Amino acid sequence: MSITAEEAGRLSRTQSTTASAISLGNRLGMSNLWVAFMALLLGLPMGLYQVAERSGYFPWLESSHVYFASTSTHGVLMAYVLTTFFMMGYGYHSMAHSLKIKTWSPLFSWVGFYLAVFGTALAALMLLTGKASVMYTFYPPEMANPLFYIGAVLLVVGSWFWCIDMIAGMTQWKKQNPGKPVPLVMFGTTINALLWLWTSAGVAIEALFQLVPVSLGLKETLDPGMARTLFSWTLHAIVYVWLIPAYIAMYTLVPKLAGGKLFSDEFARIAFVMLFIFSVPIGFHHLYMDPQQAAGWKLLHMLGTFMVAVPTFLTGFTVLASLEIASRLRGGKGVFGWMMSVDWKEPMVVAGMLAMFMLTFGGFGGLINASYSLNAMIHNTQWVTGHFHLIFGGTTVIMYLAVAYWVWPKITGRQLFSKAMAVWQLWLWFIGMLVLTLPWHYIGLLWYPRRVSSTPYEHVGVVAQWGIYELMMVVGGAILVVSGLLFIYNLIRTHFNKTAERDLTVSYAEAIHPPLKVPNILNSLTFWNWAMVAYMLISYGYPLLQFFFIGTHGAIPYGI
Amino acid sequence: MHVDPLEKRWLYVVGGIVAFTIAVQVYYAAAKNIHPPSNVQTIDSAKLHLSKEFAEDKLGVHKNADGSLDVTMVAARYGFYPQEIVVPIDTPVRLRIASLDVLHGLLVPYSNLNLMVVPGYISEGNTTFTKLGEFPMICNEYCGIGHDYMYARVRVVPKNN
Ligand SMILES: [Cu+2]
Ligand SMILES: [Cu+2]
Repeated sequence: MSITAEEAGRLSRTQSTTASAISLGNRLGMSNLWVAFMALLLGLPMGLYQVAERSGYFPWLESSHVYFASTSTHGVLMAYVLTTFFMMGYGYHSMAHSLKIKTWSPLFSWVGFYLAVFGTALAALMLLTGKASVMYTFYPPEMANPLFYIGAVLLVVGSWFWCIDMIAGMTQWKKQNPGKPVPLVMFGTTINALLWLWTSAGVAIEALFQLVPVSLGLKETLDPGMARTLFSWTLHAIVYVWLIPAYIAMYTLVPKLAGGKLFSDEFARIAFVMLFIFSVPIGFHHLYMDPQQAAGWKLLHMLGTFMVAVPTFLTGFTVLASLEIASRLRGGKGVFGWMMSVDWKEPMVVAGMLAMFMLTFGGFGGLINASYSLNAMIHNTQWVTGHFHLIFGGTTVIMYLAVAYWVWPKITGRQLFSKAMAVWQLWLWFIGMLVLTLPWHYIGLLWYPRRVSSTPYEHVGVVAQWGIYELMMVVGGAILVVSGLLFIYNLIRTHFNKTAERDLTVSYAEAIHPPLKVPNILNSLTFWNWAMVAYMLISYGYPLLQFFFIGTHGAIPYGI
Repeated sequence: MHVDPLEKRWLYVVGGIVAFTIAVQVYYAAAKNIHPPSNVQTIDSAKLHLSKEFAEDKLGVHKNADGSLDVTMVAARYGFYPQEIVVPIDTPVRLRIASLDVLHGLLVPYSNLNLMVVPGYISEGNTTFTKLGEFPMICNEYCGIGHDYMYARVRVVPKNN
């Protein structure tokens, strides 16, 4: 058989566009991921310092100035820098490999990246010099140096470039492949991009109309009630923006690397659209104890908060079912016995299993936080910080780490320096996380307030019961630092590994019933975007409008 | 679209769990009138000293005709005023508090009192103390470098004192 010169030309052109799309995706991926993990590396020892400082067992460490600068930096690095850059790096990589198309303008993608890096550097400078010790939630009327807010805004604006890239990429692919289902990995990534645009709008409005003008002295006062309401718009949904990349890995990588198949492609899509629609319009569970919103609105947001448990239950089911299938293919037996027979030598499988375990605990804690009335028991206690460290630092970040172990050899072409070390590192992460967060939850129930650098209350009966648990937390923090260092060490050594990686193909888990066609509602974001407009108008419309007619009084800014 | 029978069953289970949890909460909110503090009342934090309710001489514990108590307090960097309140055990207490400056929060161990204090708004919480003794009223929202030191004392005393 012979092919014409024209066909050969077309074939080699497609091959070279695919190759250049992949090369761009790899470079954008690696750059973003390194920024993400540098943030993790910097943030980890700060966390250890904080538990140690707060515990009171190390008097020579004690300084509230350093402590609050450290918590503010730790929060920004872990919650904003690690997550945003991870989402972007993993997203660029997934888009290049699943759609095999370039971002619409490589220059645009790089501008977004450098803008985000510049914003991060600006914010970090303010944080590390103690000029922005306002916590990562920056609740006004406490005011940081304006450069901190400007840096944070640039980080967010830079990430919007990525959102546009993802949405444009999916749209372009759908045009070229009419009627075909968008690959699951890209459907999840794009829905997350759209979710991040929605999510970040709340804090962006707060920054542009309140924080930046007041910190620059252009405006004299701001309404803290309105600021908190706007921030709640961002504060819950952002958690799902962090979590979705972890779920994407659970759906598209865990079953594959476990040696099995994805239990259901359609259910994964349903979980993603539910995470989208029930994420932003439910932020008032962060305001249950606030005076500026009425009870009825809080109740309405509570309903949505519980609905968002559904996609998490679905994810748990699908991922565990996929792992079980893989295990039974390897000869796993028993109702729970199959858990012993999954591939415990594969980092992605180890992370998936451990993430599920932490999600079970963390999800239970989340139901308490979300409860309309039980929340009073734990609001602003250490329970809350314990909870989100377990579910974010545990479930979510352990998946980030596993994705790195999977993606590093694919991008660098070098074999992972040590797979065994990677497995140990993930176990250490899991153990450290449990040793850290279980006592952390418990002291919260014993009324230990969050965000203090010491507990100087003379009420011995209350204070004395905290000591032993704080010591356990210091141990947990130390384990996590060791684990984090092992992680970074393994990645660096991989870059210099002499052994080439044998399998450079990037492929994702296949579903047991690969979807030939999916309903349009699970293949397009348009409907969900309009649904979000409606749901947001219902749940945030009046609560935000009220500030213009209930007779509010602005608050003047205060330094720290 | 393909739905596995096992998935269908799981959906029913999940739907059941979520419906039950929501029902319990709505029941307690509607039938037992249990709500988080949500009074939505504004006040000018810069003029607390001129206000009828929060001027310095108005702060403290006031007894109502029905035996219940109204407690009026101000939160300001880095303390709650008055710095000590004395309340009898098993007596309904309504606490009203406003901030003079930034965000604060308060929480009293061994009680369900947990409130955000937002400048520009009056926070109101209802509770009944059920344990005798002295407890800290702790600021639980970061309010600045001195935040750790922001606490008051709540003394819960026997009823007929
Ligand atoms: Cu939340
Ligand atoms: Cu405080």
